[in-house]
Amino acid sequence: MNLRKYLKVYKKFLHTSLASELEYKTNILVDLITAILSLVGSIFLLSIFFQNNGFIGGWKFEQALIIQAIYTILNGITNTWFNPNLTEIVKHIREGTLDFVLLKPIDSQFFISLKKINPSGFLEIMLGFLLLFFCIRINQINLNLSFLTLSLITISCSICILYSLWFFISTTTIWFVKTWNAIEVLRSFLYIGRFPLSSFSFSLRIFFSVFIPIAFITTIPSEVFLGLSVFWKIFLEIIVATIFLINSRKFWLFALKFYSSASS
Amino acid sequence: MISNLINRKIFTLLKVQYSNMLEYRVEIALWAISGIIPFFMLNIWTNNNLNESINISDTLLSRYFLCAFFVRQFSVVWVVFSFEEDSLMGKVSPYLIQPLNPFFRYFAQHLAEQITRFPFALIIAFFFFIFNPESIWIPNLSILLLSIVSTFLSFLIQFLIQSIVACLCFWTEKASSIERLLFIPTLFLSGLLAPVVSFPGYVKSWIYLTPFPYLIDFPANLLSGNETNIIGGLSMQILWIILLFPLFKKIWSEGTKKYTAMGS
Repeated sequence: MNLRKYLKVYKKFLHTSLASELEYKTNILVDLITAILSLVGSIFLLSIFFQNNGFIGGWKFEQALIIQAIYTILNGITNTWFNPNLTEIVKHIREGTLDFVLLKPIDSQFFISLKKINPSGFLEIMLGFLLLFFCIRINQINLNLSFLTLSLITISCSICILYSLWFFISTTTIWFVKTWNAIEVLRSFLYIGRFPLSSFSFSLRIFFSVFIPIAFITTIPSEVFLGLSVFWKIFLEIIVATIFLINSRKFWLFALKFYSSASS
Repeated sequence: MISNLINRKIFTLLKVQYSNMLEYRVEIALWAISGIIPFFMLNIWTNNNLNESINISDTLLSRYFLCAFFVRQFSVVWVVFSFEEDSLMGKVSPYLIQPLNPFFRYFAQHLAEQITRFPFALIIAFFFFIFNPESIWIPNLSILLLSIVSTFLSFLIQFLIQSIVACLCFWTEKASSIERLLFIPTLFLSGLLAPVVSFPGYVKSWIYLTPFPYLIDFPANLLSGNETNIIGGLSMQILWIILLFPLFKKIWSEGTKKYTAMGS
């Protein structure tokens, strides 16, 4: 019953935001070219790293391409859902329109996390999948059911962690008002997800797995694809994703206690 | 008399913008932090001994990336985003009436931000030297002055390119997506992520004809004491400015003719 209501509302969200975004058709084309160039650029950078070395942090070029593919898919998801919605929180709080969201008979986190959609991100997701299929071919990975479930689980965990990271930072807007730049900092850290974690020095590896779990986001799913991953790592990723999701919820409810609308 | 007037205008603009920027110190500190990608790249380079293949020692490479960080800090441009917002909100109209090109205002904003940013960049450099004490060096005065000049020229080139893109706001509502497209080649070809010397031959053969290597690679090489052609680099920078400036003036005069204020 309740779920059906949310599904119905989400359909409306999709409809309205697609209608408004499709007004800017050339913009979508420009975004597609940007996504393609960005992928070409990072493969170019990777090829520079590999031009005189066979391995980077124990990864071959073909294997490192899988990380690029997963990064591209996740970046596409970020551009489709997280970026347009969560930057909107900043606007809601600055202009006091969060009141209207809170008054609606619907969960506020659901509303602000899924209200908008940016269709050009879909193209990036497709681009990522194309590269992923190409990687599956060149790495001669045989697809079977257990492999597919494991990769699905790890990728959905990555999406959850990514969402929580974005949501945490956007929520801090309630205290700091301007968080554009904190989002920029997160973006620049996430850039590290394009490279295998083992290519960094030990201290950075610790930093990227404990403080900002970027390691979990791309490296573990790629290891699953290569059949290198160990069971405890997947288990750990599931735990980390659950902790992040639960805390993002708790943090939102906690932050709302400090929200005072525009004139109070 | 006239020059005195211009001086006073510029001085006032700078003073206003500097006090405005000082209000947002945390924001600018976060901006400075979001620029630390070169250090992560350095970590990949040295941790995998990739620099041996391009004959640059560890110390010189770490100096190069530190300088790339500095050059990037003082050549970040965001005029298109400010102008897009002002133009959509109709704030450009009052600016157009004033006897001063609105781009001077943005220019002063950027300069003021750089002054505010300077101490934060120094703090980050200080931490860098704590972790890499062997890379400490003192460039001689003439090299230091020349690299400040070339960083400023790099800033000017980027400011002109973005101003040209910003003028497209007179025709389209989303000029910033074109800027995002242009940012991709800037990111990968300017030398921020990998020094241009390490690029494969088929890229090196044409890249020096584009403005990209003069944005970060050239000033960073100059400052860090790596091998570079000083006269060639500086003259290419000036050449690009001479080429771009008339283009900006042309598109500005065309655009302002096209501009219609809200309600007309």
